[in-house]
Amino acid sequence: MQRYIMKRGFYALVSLIILSITIFCLIRFTGDPAVLMVEPGASDADLQAIRKEFGLDRPWPVQYGVFILNMLRGDFGMSIYYRQPAFDLYLQRLPASLQLTAVAMSISLLIGIPIGILSAVRVDSWLDTIGKSFSILGLSLPSFWVGLLLIMVFSVSLGWLPSSGSGTFWHIIMPAFSLGWVFSAAHTRMARSAMLEVMGSEYVKLARLKGLPEKLVIGKHAFKNAVIPVLTLAGINLVIMMNVAVVVESVFAWPGIGRLLYEGISNRDFPVVQTTVLMGGVMIVAINLLVDILYAYIDPRIRYGQ
Amino acid sequence: MDSSPTAVIAPTDRDTAARPSWGASLRQSLGEAPLFPLLILCLLVFTALFADVLAPHDPTLGNLRARYRPPVWAERGQAENILGTDHMGRDVLSRIIHGSRISLIVATAAVLLAGALGTTLGILSGYRGGWIDQVVMRLTDAWMALPTISFAILLAALLRPSEWNLVVILSAVYWTRYARVIRGEVLSLKERDFVRLAMVAGCSHWRIMGTHILPNIANSAIVMATLQFGVVIIAEATLSFLGVGVAPPQPAWGLMLFEGKSGLMTGFWWLSIFPGVCIMLVVLAANLLGDWFRVWSDPQLRQL
Repeated sequence: MQRYIMKRGFYALVSLIILSITIFCLIRFTGDPAVLMVEPGASDADLQAIRKEFGLDRPWPVQYGVFILNMLRGDFGMSIYYRQPAFDLYLQRLPASLQLTAVAMSISLLIGIPIGILSAVRVDSWLDTIGKSFSILGLSLPSFWVGLLLIMVFSVSLGWLPSSGSGTFWHIIMPAFSLGWVFSAAHTRMARSAMLEVMGSEYVKLARLKGLPEKLVIGKHAFKNAVIPVLTLAGINLVIMMNVAVVVESVFAWPGIGRLLYEGISNRDFPVVQTTVLMGGVMIVAINLLVDILYAYIDPRIRYGQ
Repeated sequence: MDSSPTAVIAPTDRDTAARPSWGASLRQSLGEAPLFPLLILCLLVFTALFADVLAPHDPTLGNLRARYRPPVWAERGQAENILGTDHMGRDVLSRIIHGSRISLIVATAAVLLAGALGTTLGILSGYRGGWIDQVVMRLTDAWMALPTISFAILLAALLRPSEWNLVVILSAVYWTRYARVIRGEVLSLKERDFVRLAMVAGCSHWRIMGTHILPNIANSAIVMATLQFGVVIIAEATLSFLGVGVAPPQPAWGLMLFEGKSGLMTGFWWLSIFPGVCIMLVVLAANLLGDWFRVWSDPQLRQL
């Protein structure tokens, strides 16, 4: 077990290093950061001074080393636009993102699990058809378009909900729904296939043989076991969701990390962009490692199979 | 003399017996193919090919006196602009028709490029094993950990917005899944007798990979490509919607939605509806076709 964790941890570290090199190279090779930091039309001497100040005149490997060391200390560079540490900006926006993702995830699970379970319990019935169509329709709608449609109906036509901004409970409904919608399709699929598998298992057959009423078999024996893979997927999706939220946040002007990334792009504020993308990668690596370890802990076949 | 004719005839016998039935089963299966997605995708290809002929107006030529005309069936609508006009007086229908060309070209090229890259790396890594496998898989892991959309936005912001840069960006982001899945399949194929026999017969590694392994993973690659087609269309629309994809005044669907967003609050709904419906239909068609193809090519999945 310990060896397995060590190995997975090592792989995660390698992933992080490749990630950081990729992003570092991308930022440095596609433009001179010094040019972005000075006023347009600055003299060469100014440029040189900026390069010196930020260490941009040193060789690439040294710059990369400095970049990594700074990051380990939580220093992701100064935002060019806000004149603030980029990591502070990131932390300021994090709560709004977490709030949005939490609500969106709840919505997606509240829609996904019941539809998935029902369509698995009644395979090939009209309920199943609805469930299957729903899950394929969910994957086919871009989240930002769902957002636009919601604004059209609930803000413009009915005037019930605010179309942008944050602050009250009413503000979060539409962004959370358009974000949760796409994921609810994935969760419906997962719930359906997990439930199908459980319904064919021995212990469900036994429960039926014992003469338990169908309601209990499904509700107590099957449901609990079918929900586990869905919740695992939801855990992974939580991180992905935060990163996908960039579009939805820009539609609804929701002040989260996605919005920060979008602003960073429009302002050519690369330290901010770099921080957001890197932190996204770090989160994904971390959650993958966590899931790997958790699975190995639950299922010994995985840790000995390696 | 006696045995050789039978030895020659036997395979041809099997061939003639198998061929019509295989052809028939193919025809039958294609007959079972869902009509709706095929129809949508044919329509997409058709409008993309003949956009110049089909579009009633120039997609980039505006007319400021004809701004924000609603569709023909609405009040104030005019027959000249069936789906209305946008904020610069450009014909929405013409832009949608020309947009189909951009969507089709970008998505097809990106899927092909990502598929080729991922499949090649997957076969190499699964078949050769050793350090090649380690390098490719660690690289795949790292790229899979990239936050897809954010990374694509970063790339798009660094490169100049254009269709071909979009193709490069989208394939740079989406090749990993092919590599992962194909590698897994190659690992099990490698242990099969026909590959071992090919090795014993002295085939070169390239020949084994190309003629023995590639045909056997083609099905999975095609299924993935079909399903990815929808994903890539959405990603392209997303990048264009965020202003880092196709550059204006090009008529891409995502860009049209972005431009239409400012008119949303003032009630110019048609600018936000029609391009979105197009995206939805195409992605839906690709997903349905991909799902059907996945089940068709793998009978084990049919019961699911």
